[in-house]
Amino acid sequence: MSGAVDSEPAVDVSEGIAARALSSQDKPHAENSQKGTGTIESVYEWIDERLGLGEVIALARHKRIPVHSQSFWYYWGGISLFLFVIQIFTGILLLVYYRPGAEAFESVRQITYVMHFGWLIRSAHSWCANLFMFSILVHMFSVYFMKAYRKPREVGWLTGIALLFFAAMFGFSGYLLPMDELSYYATKVGLQIPASIPFMGAFTTTILRGGPEVSDFTVQRFFALHVVILPLLFIPLLGLHLFLVQKHGNAVPPSEEAKPLAARKSIPFFPNFFQKDLAMWLISLNVLALLASIFPWDLGRQADSLVPAPAGIHPEWYFMAPFHMLKILGNWLPGATGEVVGILLFTTGLAIWVVIPFYDGENKTGTRGRNAHYFGLFAVAALIITTALGYWGIR
Amino acid sequence: MSDPVLIESQPEIEVPFEEAESTPTRRAFVGIAAAAGLCYAGAVCYPIYRYLASPAEMAASEGAVRQVTLDKAQALPLASALMFKFGSSPAMLIHGADDSWVAFSAVCTHLGCTVKFEPELNRIHCSCHGGVYDPHTGKNVSGPPPKPLKAYQVNVGATSVTVSRA
Repeated sequence: MSGAVDSEPAVDVSEGIAARALSSQDKPHAENSQKGTGTIESVYEWIDERLGLGEVIALARHKRIPVHSQSFWYYWGGISLFLFVIQIFTGILLLVYYRPGAEAFESVRQITYVMHFGWLIRSAHSWCANLFMFSILVHMFSVYFMKAYRKPREVGWLTGIALLFFAAMFGFSGYLLPMDELSYYATKVGLQIPASIPFMGAFTTTILRGGPEVSDFTVQRFFALHVVILPLLFIPLLGLHLFLVQKHGNAVPPSEEAKPLAARKSIPFFPNFFQKDLAMWLISLNVLALLASIFPWDLGRQADSLVPAPAGIHPEWYFMAPFHMLKILGNWLPGATGEVVGILLFTTGLAIWVVIPFYDGENKTGTRGRNAHYFGLFAVAALIITTALGYWGIR
Repeated sequence: MSDPVLIESQPEIEVPFEEAESTPTRRAFVGIAAAAGLCYAGAVCYPIYRYLASPAEMAASEGAVRQVTLDKAQALPLASALMFKFGSSPAMLIHGADDSWVAFSAVCTHLGCTVKFEPELNRIHCSCHGGVYDPHTGKNVSGPPPKPLKAYQVNVGATSVTVSRA
């Protein structure tokens, strides 16, 4: 990748130089559009006059992406965005035949086995959900370790965390919708996490579940959550998140920040970086297509509360860590104490994670920067180890 | 600092770019990219089309139905009708007051509403736009319907009635 980057016209990031370089690029274009009398030009002018396309193009030309040894991590936000768009499209397609409530399982059975290519669309939606979670986690940890949350990007970090939370809610609510055995019991078990919130856990869980047990009511409200409430919250928040990226530009890691401005390299976002973004999207699409078609998502037997839970019931991998931490603490400290301590520990860790920009907000290396780095390593290790232990336990 | 270099470097980049436009490698690349793009578009659009068209295809295969057997329909009282589905579309079996048996498509030939047998007025009526059909022949008698109702053949058995395409 670095070879390709080197071949681009690498330019100093100093604003004045960039602006002059751009004005020299603009001129030939302006001449062309004056000379051109073709239909394309007149259509362009018609639209430009009304929508101000020129401003958008000028903005796209100004936008530059830093080039350095860690540039690879810049792709993950874009990959996440692409996967989210796939989720919207496949989700709408599933909505064409899905029926929530009592008929949920039957309608998913119909999608999977009766409708042409229904299995593929459902499989793509399920696989893409997992790839999406994976890619936003990579995005988050790369932002963390590149210290891209520092001033003035705190709100970008906070909106990102909120988006991760909503994505997890998307995953949790969507997992129940087929209402097969696995999704039924995974939801029962997963609801143990909100249930262990001190004081209001039982109340919250009952409201979320729509009664004392997972039932048709649960499917109906998880469906409302999945296709109406969460998109209504997620999409505007995503808009703010993307606006902030546009406003502040890409952060560079401290190692790069230490260099003088003249020694830093960058490439134009359009078309140079955008081409690479497209290539990444194409790779993501291929990975998704292979996974979805070679390993089609399974549909188990219809959920039935009278049939005992099959062996090895567990939540999705991205919920495994908190689930297993609760289990470990539950073993150490029996009864409600374990659950409360577990949820307090997890909440404390999460709270530190959320407010890290306010602890390590200054753009210099020091104790706080180092502490934040070690805390990040600890968090990654804790998540990986508890997830591995969780899977080891159900093997 | 390096302004002059930058501004001069623009034409240097542009010129080979323009020239390259006519070289076979560039043309080949554009061709391959376009072909690959078409393949992707096809691989995405074809499954989506088939997926969305599934109910229409299922209805078409149901439309291939040649005959329907209606259990216990031989006990239908005089001057009454039984509504049933012939394939995917509604149909009616009429046991006339004179003990005659007829079956028609129950889809109005005007705009496709389901029609109703009205024995007291001795007619088949469509309440959407007031179309009237003859209950013995299915002929359009008055109102907007342009054509008679499609008639089916009826065979009354000991335990059922069989309706088949004419």
